Amino acid sequence: MEHIRMPKVENVRLIDRISSRKAVLGTLYLTATHVIFVENVSETRKETWVLHSQISSIEKQATTATGCPLLIRCKNFQIIQLIIPQERDCHDVYISLIRLARPVKYEELYCFSFNPKLDKEEREQGWKLVGLKEEYNRMGVPNNYWQISDVNRDYQVCDSYPAEVYVPKSATAHVIVGSSKFRSRRRFPALSYYCKDNNASICRSSQPLSGFSARCLEDEQMLQAIRKANPGSNFIYVVDTRPKLNAMANRAAGKGYENEDNYSNIKFQFIGIENIHVMRSSLQKMLEVCELRSPSMSDFLWGLENSGWLKHIKAIMDAGIFIAKAVAEEGVSVLVHCSDGWDRTAQVCSVASLLLDPFYRTMKGFMVLIEKDWVSFGHKFNHRYGNLDGDPKEISPVIDQFIECVWQLMEQFPCAFEFNERFLIHIQHHIYSCQFGNFLCNSQKERRELKIQERTYSLWAHLWKNRADYMNPLYREDHSQTQGTLRPQTAPCNFLYKFWNGMYNRFEKGMHPRQSVTDYLMAVKEETQQLEEELEVLEERLAELKKVQLNNRKQNSKQQDRNKHIELSTSNNSIANTPQDYSSNVKSFPSRSPSQGDEEDSALILTQDNLKSSDPDLSATSDQESGVEDLSCRSPSGGGCLPSEDSGKDSDEAVFLTV
Amino acid sequence: MYPFFYRPMFEVVEDGWHSFLPEREFELLSSVTNEWRLSYVNKEFSVCPSYPPAVTVPKSIDDEALRRVSTFRHGGRFPVLSYYHKKNGMVMMRSSQPLTGTNGRRCKEDSALINATLRAGKRGYIIDTRSLNVAQQARAKGGGFEQEVQYPQWRRIHKSVERYNILQESLIKLVEACHDQSHNMDRWLSKLEASNWLTHIKEILTTSCLAAQCIDREGASVLVHGTEGTDSTLQVTSLAQIILDPRCRTVRGFEALVEREWLQAGHPFQQRCAQSAYSNSKQKWESPVFLLFLDCVWQILRQFPCSFEFSEHFLIMLFEHAYASQFGTFLGNNESERCKLKLPQKTMSLWSWVNQPQELSKFKNPLYEANSLVIWPSVAPQSLQLWEGVFLRWNRSSKFLDEAYEEMNNIIDYNKELQAKVNALRRQLAELETDDGMPESS
Repeated sequence: MEHIRMPKVENVRLIDRISSRKAVLGTLYLTATHVIFVENVSETRKETWVLHSQISSIEKQATTATGCPLLIRCKNFQIIQLIIPQERDCHDVYISLIRLARPVKYEELYCFSFNPKLDKEEREQGWKLVGLKEEYNRMGVPNNYWQISDVNRDYQVCDSYPAEVYVPKSATAHVIVGSSKFRSRRRFPALSYYCKDNNASICRSSQPLSGFSARCLEDEQMLQAIRKANPGSNFIYVVDTRPKLNAMANRAAGKGYENEDNYSNIKFQFIGIENIHVMRSSLQKMLEVCELRSPSMSDFLWGLENSGWLKHIKAIMDAGIFIAKAVAEEGVSVLVHCSDGWDRTAQVCSVASLLLDPFYRTMKGFMVLIEKDWVSFGHKFNHRYGNLDGDPKEISPVIDQFIECVWQLMEQFPCAFEFNERFLIHIQHHIYSCQFGNFLCNSQKERRELKIQERTYSLWAHLWKNRADYMNPLYREDHSQTQGTLRPQTAPCNFLYKFWNGMYNRFEKGMHPRQSVTDYLMAVKEETQQLEEELEVLEERLAELKKVQLNNRKQNSKQQDRNKHIELSTSNNSIANTPQDYSSNVKSFPSRSPSQGDEEDSALILTQDNLKSSDPDLSATSDQESGVEDLSCRSPSGGGCLPSEDSGKDSDEAVFLTV
Repeated sequence: MYPFFYRPMFEVVEDGWHSFLPEREFELLSSVTNEWRLSYVNKEFSVCPSYPPAVTVPKSIDDEALRRVSTFRHGGRFPVLSYYHKKNGMVMMRSSQPLTGTNGRRCKEDSALINATLRAGKRGYIIDTRSLNVAQQARAKGGGFEQEVQYPQWRRIHKSVERYNILQESLIKLVEACHDQSHNMDRWLSKLEASNWLTHIKEILTTSCLAAQCIDREGASVLVHGTEGTDSTLQVTSLAQIILDPRCRTVRGFEALVEREWLQAGHPFQQRCAQSAYSNSKQKWESPVFLLFLDCVWQILRQFPCSFEFSEHFLIMLFEHAYASQFGTFLGNNESERCKLKLPQKTMSLWSWVNQPQELSKFKNPLYEANSLVIWPSVAPQSLQLWEGVFLRWNRSSKFLDEAYEEMNNIIDYNKELQAKVNALRRQLAELETDDGMPESS
């Protein structure tokens, strides 16, 4: 609270980014957790809420005649442009936000004040929704070849690893500890995925401290043990996900990569994925393109190409495809590492797992996958996503890239995933929001010390509760696309990778398709379910009535004929005349009738209504009891409307005339 | 040619050659306004060789005036009605450029004709599909544009839409990019960019949206023309109708639109669609004007997936038949040529085949729900995509996408089936209950 210099500013204008001529007047509030803009228009009082932890940068621009512009860029790709009448106020807001957006203690983060009104038991249940022990059991370990090791019990061997690691049975504690001493940050090879059909596995580690010639017997034994745990194969792949040049440069620092001569029966392979710094600047460049005001097609395509973003996505996907192929088709185990083994390694292992195992393509499975390859193996969420004020050079969109890989796969395999695009977008949102405790800190050790599970809530439980919103209507358990390994096309497939408008222009609703096939099909399925229930009831009633009729059958024989006739005609009608039937026969489905209501808005109904119901920003809106001051701004409807969702409400018409 | 030898293997229920006669369309118009008439001034194709025998013009303008105006417009293409916006009575007309030349030749019948469409005190918009520069250069060759002094009630807007060989080169580059075998992401994007195909899409859509906006939002009438009025003009007028008129988003309505705004309006299909992407650029008249139009429709369809009665497959089918077909529909360059070739007598119409229920069902969009609104597409680069169904169909398997489409159909069919069952049961129950007079007695 002490950081808020200016809790409230009136007569602030929020600029519509699509048509800059439009702006709405309102009041700006700064609270302990959110920036809130409330429009003056009395009947709607639309609100825009932004969590402090979503703020990526704040830019104070040169004062003009109309006031002092403030540009807020968010980590979920929302951009908010305000004009504050007084320079002084603007400065105060700016200074306050700079501090609020960069908390220095975990306790300042939103998850410690966020209270979804669940009791202790519900919270604990929530944290139990995803369990890694069950997951390894599901994979088929422990078994004859793999065991759970408690060597890292108190995080003594490797402080960024989980307490429980799965290692080959033949690897003794001595071998593990020895190997860990030969690996960067002591991240020794451990099991990430096990394929029970053919015993092939994916293991992960950091780079070896090989320098130009160093060797380590235990590390060599460790790799042997991994190979022996897969009796069907006489070698393993060692995949270094860095460009060869980077790996070679590391040798000078006493690190490097495995020498095929020292390790028996390995096949070594480089797959050039660039480092976090290259990725950070690539995203930066792409976002600059997204931010361009009315760019030409060439500006856009050229900028997209120049950012290199899709090239990087493809590199990650290619690595995943290579590993999945080795495991599924060759039956060969793979050891994956990069430098520290917590960024590129996490990306590649999780893409490969997703391709290999249909379970990870379900909603629950996807949560498990993130928990396994990202959270438990010490992906540095705090550093990468800048939750606490820290070194800006540590920030990089590593998991964003993984999430995009999943989206690209969804585009290619529309029936293969149980969840939809919204699920991915909301996970991305909450990785940055710090509303839930899942992604806090840099390692399991830190999370245990902070007692995260006792003090915060789990995102997975929240998503699971709202799972109806995240369903892919095209998913069917018995569909061919949901079986076995996914095999994306690899032959000239550049054009398979597309710009993800739904993510990077998430808040520019005017740029999105105005009707959502997903939402439409979900509504149809919901209706179908209701029809099924109704059918059952009707059949029962009919049977009852017929029983009664048996008593006076003679009288009714003529009647029956007539019924048959009617049945025929109704069924024909309902097929030829669907739209009207939907609204008149059963419950009405507002989201399915784009033709109702007034002009511009109704064309948008399909996307907007449905999005609102489940948007993460909304859940932020609903926390009325988070100790937030200045509640005067809240409209009586509470969480009913989410202004940021409506930013694209007006059509782009203005665009056509300005050119 | 094949269409002359082709004999249909199906029974013709409805002859497509007569499905969309101008008289039919005029009847529809007459039911909402009486300010227009059907003129047969071009009966013998003598006034304008690329126009059909019957055209719709303002009632107050007689055939003699039309003849005069035709001498003032390129190729005799005097302004005719393209679309009437029922909502506010505004209209869209199309023509070719006026032949003002360098000395500012004028024609008072011409301004009288287009002024006849204006309401008292209202201004209209002339959308010239050329840049001002190009339009000015056209004067040296006897062409030109409407000067403010002579058309004070009209505001002229120049929107550059590319034409002829520039479009053809764009298509050739795009197809080449799609067949690029290298695995290099940057190269793909720069080739896509260099083809300029999506730039043309954006250009055409923007101009069409502008025309639609003038009519629907500004409440003004619009005249659209470029040079000849047979290419970019038709792209703009037909797309504006897709945006404005729900009827054009139905199968029949879209067929009528293609018939009215492309075939009868004299888009020279024979010249434009001879060789497709593999022509050498010496084919001067080759140009994918119609394909660009279909691509734009696909872009709108993608943004409003529930508002079209037809699916992407319908558009692809039209693309294919425009280039090579067993039907006579897209033969010839205009009505006059089709008449001379006696196509209606000697060949089969594409519509006769398409409109059979069993064929039509393949082209219907299962998501369709009639949407009576104006649909405003986004023209931001982020919103426009490469039409994979056409350009990438041969170099990748669409198996998984086809499966998704099938799944979608299954979901909707099952819903309809249940709907029918429930309805039938309800009726049956209702009948039993009322006839027996003892509903709940069990």
